[in-house]
Amino acid sequence: MQFMLLFSRQGKLRLQKWYVPLSDKEKKKITRELVQTVLARKPKMCSFLEWRDLKIVYKRYASLYFCCAIEDQDNELITLEIIHRYVELLDKYFGSVCELDIIFNFEKAYFILDEFLLGGEAQETSKKNVLKAIEQADLLQEVRALATA
Amino acid sequence: MRMPAPIRLRELIRTIRTARTQAEEREMIQKECAAIRSSFREEDNTYRCRNVAKLLYMHMLGYPAHFGQLECLKLIASQKFTDKRIGYLGAMLLLDERQDVHLLMTNCIKNDLNHSTQYVQGLALCTLGCMGSSEMCRDLAGEVEKLLKTSNSYLRKKAALCAVHVIRKVPELMEMFLPATKNLLSEKNHGVLHTSVVLLTEMCERSPDMLSHFRKLVPQLVRILKNLIMSGYSPEHDVSGISDPFLQVRILRLLRILGKGDDDSSEAMNDILAQVATNTETSKNVGNAILYETVLTIMDIKSESGLRVLAINILGRFLLNNDKNIRYVALTSLLKTVQTDHNAVQRHRSTIVDCLKDLDVSIKRRAMELSFALVNGNNIRGMMKELLYFLDSCDPDFKADCASGIFLAAEKYAPSKRWHIDTIMRVLTTAGSYVRDDSVPNLIQLITNSVEMHAYTVQRLYKALLDDISQQPLVQVASWCIGEYGDLLVSGQCEEEEPIQVSEDEVLDVLEGLLVSNLSTPVTRGYSLTAIMKLSTRFSSLNRIKKVVSIYGSSIDVELQQRAVEYNALFKKYDHMRPALLERMPIMEKTATNGPSETVQTNGETDSTILDTKHLPSISQPASQANDLLDLLGGNDVVPIIQTTVPTKPASAGGELLDLLGDLSLTGGPTPTPASSVPMSQPPFLLDGLTSQPLFNDIAAVIPPMTAYNKNGLIIEFTFERSNPNPNIAVITIHATNSTEADMTEFVFQAAVPKTFQLQLLSPSSNVVPAFNQGSVTQVIRVLNPQKVRCYCEPRTHSASYRSRSSEISPFVLKHLQKSDECLSGAKLNIAKLKLRAASH
Repeated sequence: MQFMLLFSRQGKLRLQKWYVPLSDKEKKKITRELVQTVLARKPKMCSFLEWRDLKIVYKRYASLYFCCAIEDQDNELITLEIIHRYVELLDKYFGSVCELDIIFNFEKAYFILDEFLLGGEAQETSKKNVLKAIEQADLLQEVRALATA
Repeated sequence: MRMPAPIRLRELIRTIRTARTQAEEREMIQKECAAIRSSFREEDNTYRCRNVAKLLYMHMLGYPAHFGQLECLKLIASQKFTDKRIGYLGAMLLLDERQDVHLLMTNCIKNDLNHSTQYVQGLALCTLGCMGSSEMCRDLAGEVEKLLKTSNSYLRKKAALCAVHVIRKVPELMEMFLPATKNLLSEKNHGVLHTSVVLLTEMCERSPDMLSHFRKLVPQLVRILKNLIMSGYSPEHDVSGISDPFLQVRILRLLRILGKGDDDSSEAMNDILAQVATNTETSKNVGNAILYETVLTIMDIKSESGLRVLAINILGRFLLNNDKNIRYVALTSLLKTVQTDHNAVQRHRSTIVDCLKDLDVSIKRRAMELSFALVNGNNIRGMMKELLYFLDSCDPDFKADCASGIFLAAEKYAPSKRWHIDTIMRVLTTAGSYVRDDSVPNLIQLITNSVEMHAYTVQRLYKALLDDISQQPLVQVASWCIGEYGDLLVSGQCEEEEPIQVSEDEVLDVLEGLLVSNLSTPVTRGYSLTAIMKLSTRFSSLNRIKKVVSIYGSSIDVELQQRAVEYNALFKKYDHMRPALLERMPIMEKTATNGPSETVQTNGETDSTILDTKHLPSISQPASQANDLLDLLGGNDVVPIIQTTVPTKPASAGGELLDLLGDLSLTGGPTPTPASSVPMSQPPFLLDGLTSQPLFNDIAAVIPPMTAYNKNGLIIEFTFERSNPNPNIAVITIHATNSTEADMTEFVFQAAVPKTFQLQLLSPSSNVVPAFNQGSVTQVIRVLNPQKVRCYCEPRTHSASYRSRSSEISPFVLKHLQKSDECLSGAKLNIAKLKLRAASH
């Protein structure tokens, strides 16, 4: 996976995770173009589209679009499952997640994503394990100061 | 005075969201940024985390946040976990490897990789694996390698993916991870298994040595996969009844890489692939995701034919799935396999054709490409019906490709000439403006060659013109036909359908209408004027035609003007030549190439083999010499030059489609042509006597001599040999002899080659070819064909190539005037534009 974008139906960015090095300007340009392209798609169309030399996999959950850019050899259908798994994780963590949760707790959305994917690949395929790790890490935030290395 | 505590993140978010305009928002942001900046200046440790978090939010809204970069580094160095969490997040969002600042992270990361708390180590691994630059990766690879060997599965899985990133950034470091991969697959932990498979995949993809090394893992991978399929319900990894689909898919992908090109490995995985293919539940996307990966693997490795058929059938079933995503991947995969497993894919043809009606643009496009790939002599009628219907209704983006594809398919498989003409008509009338320019000459050639259909064709085209003159390709083809076959039109000779009653005046009305219409392009006007001129020998309304021609003698359009002036001259001074010049075009043969390994699909009536005698029109050549040489078609600027690289979509079956495309050429044009049969007393200005033979074959070591030109007493022979030091250079020696009564003076040989060739013409022995075969002119040409493309030689005689001003009569016409003797002795005879044309393989 090269990047993942979450955006609303009005095109407002809610999360952006980049797994390839790009300048801020390039990221903005890509985001703008892609958001426009995806929002222009009709409901009857399939979840995949070709864009530049990438495959784009997107899925809408309520008011949020989850959009991933994958490479030629990646499996589009399993990417849909990856997106779904992430949504499930968010849902379990926030308890019936909605867009507002992600707006007000964006940093947590990132933490969860970073516990599920690393470098664009899934690091943990067990839902339970991801949530357990997040839970433990959250607890650690309460600690005043960590034991030094 | 102490600053008040910075507002909390959530409060800021709430506040910003209340902004009703962009300007209001910007104002809030600027205010907050100012507060944050001062807070940073104060080096406040307590609130740094909160401030950076707010900065990250504002960054997401699109506002600049670079002044927070260093603060992120400070947070990373902190001993509070919250700080580190936000700090690393900030680093991943705000820093990138182009900025030197990021290198400052390296030491922190190194420390954190060795931290006593695994969640801190996790943060470091995650950040490094997400955005680590090559320098950082080099510095920290050792730490990652250490963690790859830890027994802590939480860290091990992250280290594996981090290693993947390191390898991508610094491929040379791959070797150092090899020892650590030893027991990766013995892990029970799925996270570690999954990431290990990803790591192994990366290594195998990058290094053939690694690939051979890891082939021995195939049995182990097969076993793991088998366990996943056979094991009972495992709540931890279950997705809709399937156990860890993510891991299954990655294993299948690794198996694909390991099995490719290797018989043993492929055999070892045969059973499990069959098992997965037959047992996987297909009701949900997740099952289909696994099947999809399985199909890709089966098609790529050396699988048994039974397994391959199974795979294609899975794709066939996918095509019937309600889920459009599934249909999409099916079409994509079928497109990849249509060449190798053509017959298997044919069985699903009707389903594929149905997908032409799908609402999704990508699905439609793939269905179209596949459909063209599946067209053959047996299904042409049915397929063409569907494709024409598709052409009618599809988006404009598709029309050009679709039209081209239809022309190609029609040409290859047309069951009858009438059907072929009808199909062309249908395309021209429904998508006429989207048809590619180079189709026009091709169609003209096709029509010319369908001799018995001339009356029918011209009638249909005429009727189409009455309806609509906006689609230029249609208009051009129609004009040309009317010019050629207008006599058939007015005489009502049509056999195929009810002949229409039309008078000469009506026809001329239509043609003249094209000349004046705003819809007509200059090219089209050229076609019309020439057509009108041609009708002067077919119709009796001579005065009318003369009038039109003389009017355009003062046209602003130089092309039209030139034509009109010359045609005028024909009327006035060279009227005796007019009938000969404007005679019916004979059949033009296409050059075609048959690759050594392919079979030629023939349509019942024409044969795409190499034939002799082309006939080439050229009435005037006002362009410069250089242009002459490069003008592959010669003669008429109106006719667009056909590029030999024609779009190669759609995918071809067996390669023939591509090759035929590569050889389409038109050597004729819509201009009036000189007659092929000319009484011997006429000067040899005629453009005939063409032979087209393969000149080069990189396979042949020895090329026999050939006669390139033999007409009206002038014979030019080629002898070939390969240059000694460089066998890629062919040395052609031309011998020109003259059996007529008079010397041919000012004999000049010219040659034109495509760009990939290099040509060197050495000095000729003489400029005069003596009469009565008393001697010969020889000249050596050296040709370098570095790309070893096959080429064809088409000698043509051509008019003299000096510029003519519009008020003068072209030299070509001038030559006609002189009596034969004068002409022979005095005329500049430019012989043989030898055109070496490449055929694409």
